[in-house]
Amino acid sequence: MPTPILMPKLSDDMREGKILAWKKREGDAVESGEAIAEVETDKANLEVEAYSAGKLSKIIAPVGATVECGQPIAILLEEGEAEGEAAEAPAPAPAKKVAAPAQHAVPKEAAAPPDSQPAAAAVAPESAGAARQPGAKGVGAALAPAAEPAGGESVERVRASPLAKRMARVAELDLRSLEGSGPRGRVVKADVERAMASGEPRPAAAVASEKSPRVKSASQGLRDQLVPMSGMRRTIARRMAEAKPGAPHFYLTIDVEMTTALELRAQLNEQVAEEWGGKVSVNDLVLRAAALSLPRRPEVNASLAGESVQRHGAVHLGFAVSVEDGLLTPVIRDADRIPFSQLVKKARELAERARARKLKPDEYQGGTFTVSNLGMYGVTSFSAIINPGEAAILAVGAVGKRAVVSGDELRVGSVMTATLSGDHRIIDGALGAQLLQAFKALLEQPLRLLS
Amino acid sequence: MPVMTYREALNAALHEEFAHDERVLILGEEVALYQGAFKVTQGLLQKFGDRRVIDTPISEAGFVGMAIGAAMLGLRPIAEVMTFNFSILALDQMVNNAAKMYSMSGGQLHVPMVLRGPGGAAHQLASQHSQALEQQYAHIPGLKVVMPATPADAKGLLKSAIRDESPVVFIEGEALYPTKGEVPEGEYLIEIGKADLKRQGKDVTLICWSRMALVTLEAAALLEQEGIDAEVVDLRTVRPVDQEAILQSVRKTNRAVVVEEAWPWASVGGSIVDLIQREAFDDLDAPVLRINGIDAPMPYAKNLEHAMLPTPRSIAAAAKKVLYR
Repeated sequence: MPTPILMPKLSDDMREGKILAWKKREGDAVESGEAIAEVETDKANLEVEAYSAGKLSKIIAPVGATVECGQPIAILLEEGEAEGEAAEAPAPAPAKKVAAPAQHAVPKEAAAPPDSQPAAAAVAPESAGAARQPGAKGVGAALAPAAEPAGGESVERVRASPLAKRMARVAELDLRSLEGSGPRGRVVKADVERAMASGEPRPAAAVASEKSPRVKSASQGLRDQLVPMSGMRRTIARRMAEAKPGAPHFYLTIDVEMTTALELRAQLNEQVAEEWGGKVSVNDLVLRAAALSLPRRPEVNASLAGESVQRHGAVHLGFAVSVEDGLLTPVIRDADRIPFSQLVKKARELAERARARKLKPDEYQGGTFTVSNLGMYGVTSFSAIINPGEAAILAVGAVGKRAVVSGDELRVGSVMTATLSGDHRIIDGALGAQLLQAFKALLEQPLRLLS
Repeated sequence: MPVMTYREALNAALHEEFAHDERVLILGEEVALYQGAFKVTQGLLQKFGDRRVIDTPISEAGFVGMAIGAAMLGLRPIAEVMTFNFSILALDQMVNNAAKMYSMSGGQLHVPMVLRGPGGAAHQLASQHSQALEQQYAHIPGLKVVMPATPADAKGLLKSAIRDESPVVFIEGEALYPTKGEVPEGEYLIEIGKADLKRQGKDVTLICWSRMALVTLEAAALLEQEGIDAEVVDLRTVRPVDQEAILQSVRKTNRAVVVEEAWPWASVGGSIVDLIQREAFDDLDAPVLRINGIDAPMPYAKNLEHAMLPTPRSIAAAAKKVLYR
């Protein structure tokens, strides 16, 4: 059978790609794994590889065309297949039918709107026990197609290997919340395992831990852990999602006195900046404070996985970088464990590469918490939208001189306002507040940031 | 352990079984005076005489039929076909007599005979002499089909085949005769219907038999260089197949590739995939793939012959495909 080559989904939130160049012409032989085209996504320019060997028989999407993920961009003939088959094959049409629902797959986190869910999906807290049993409601919810939309043209279908389906059923994971890495977005064992995160230390973290003697104290409480939601938690998640579709946000604001932190920064820049290869910014201190506060409240370093909360065993800190026409959030891996000097260097490098749009997928994916700083624009405070797949985001304003009342004295101090947006399905206000307290304490007594 | 060739191991099995049971005899073309077209019967005539080591005219239907009749009357005959390509001439005897006597006689007659000889492609023997025909026999209830890959397996399984109460089709690899391997000292038997894990692994199950087991082991070595840990299940018997060994391995690795020298359509490999999808459906993380000989008569040209058959590289590529790599 002639095989359509589909626009691949090259990152979590890629919806479409633009063909920048074809590296093969019609009639060219193609090896499995060979790059055949270059595609521009919203994040980076990436190569499309062939899944199997054969001959590129037809290019459907010319250079410059923008194609939705899962739609055919070319036709591949496997060895021994005749041209005639390709001509007769209605490849693009069925591919459309088949592939289109896949991209309707609800993006990570965002549950389908309540009215399109099959009845079984709405699991009331009191039926929690039943839902845990294999084959009970939870299962139906995970696998059943969503109710047909009004137009009636497509039914949501999750592609998954039989093994992945079984594993998801046992772990009570919603397959629709998983990103399939197999052909045509098929959810496979590795995807489910990633979601379940076995609790074993990640290799990157293990390497870092050998180098850093302070790992244990910094990472107390952090581990990969899938925590099934309690009945109450589920009710909260459901009700909050009803009130505000997607992630129901709540906001907490705190003032942080930055006088000592600014003094520390001045000293660092005077004494070690040259050795570290560049100056330390206020944002570097903020990133470090955020990274170190998360192990103190590991519940916030989490994401939603169906009816469980996936707690992450490592802090991978995203930070928003403004680029032409938009923004990117590069991710600093193990931001709590690497030495501060390395964090400073990494933040600078990643920001530069983001602006040049040279980030690789693993440099902007897999974040567990994000910091957004608009202080450089003079913004005093703002509320940020949570990055899908995370439980909270910290929005940081400018450091400015303000009147500070300490005791009965009025003095001038440097103050920064930070606002945490939390996903109320996963965390509650008190938890967020405790995280902010830790964040504030770290910046107000900033020597600990240097560990 | 002593090292011997596949041919020597088979010869040793015959000598031992001729000595062990005087009802054992062998008949076929050139088995006696010429000592076998592939020298598997070497020394038998000299040692056991022409009543038990019998040269026949070129008539497969005739001497295979004689073997079946002798078995029905209580002897333990071995019929040697010069290659399994010629066994097709005796297919009626095997399918309609050897396989059916037990059930048609209500258990009064049984046929403890062995049909043995080389099968599969060797070197530039062209289309009529380069066929893997095991599916012709594996299809038939009442027959057992054994296809060893190593000298040790060849010896232990041939001895079991000769002692078996059912008709056993014992297909040797024509290209395997000169291959060497360790063979346990002393007498030993290997149970028919039991697979052998030729290599333990956790990432992907490669199922194979006969010469393909050796090719698949080379594929596993290639995969190892890429950090992929393949498990190689050598079936050794393709009827009855060791279902438990296959399923146990697939349940461990969640993915399988079936490697077969024969053509892809209506073959043993297809039945194995059927077994896996039925019995291990919920354990599969990828479709089961098959690597077969190309679906065409074997050409004579050396380069084309090579292109027709599964190679370590084609097997490794399939393994990577089911691993999504």
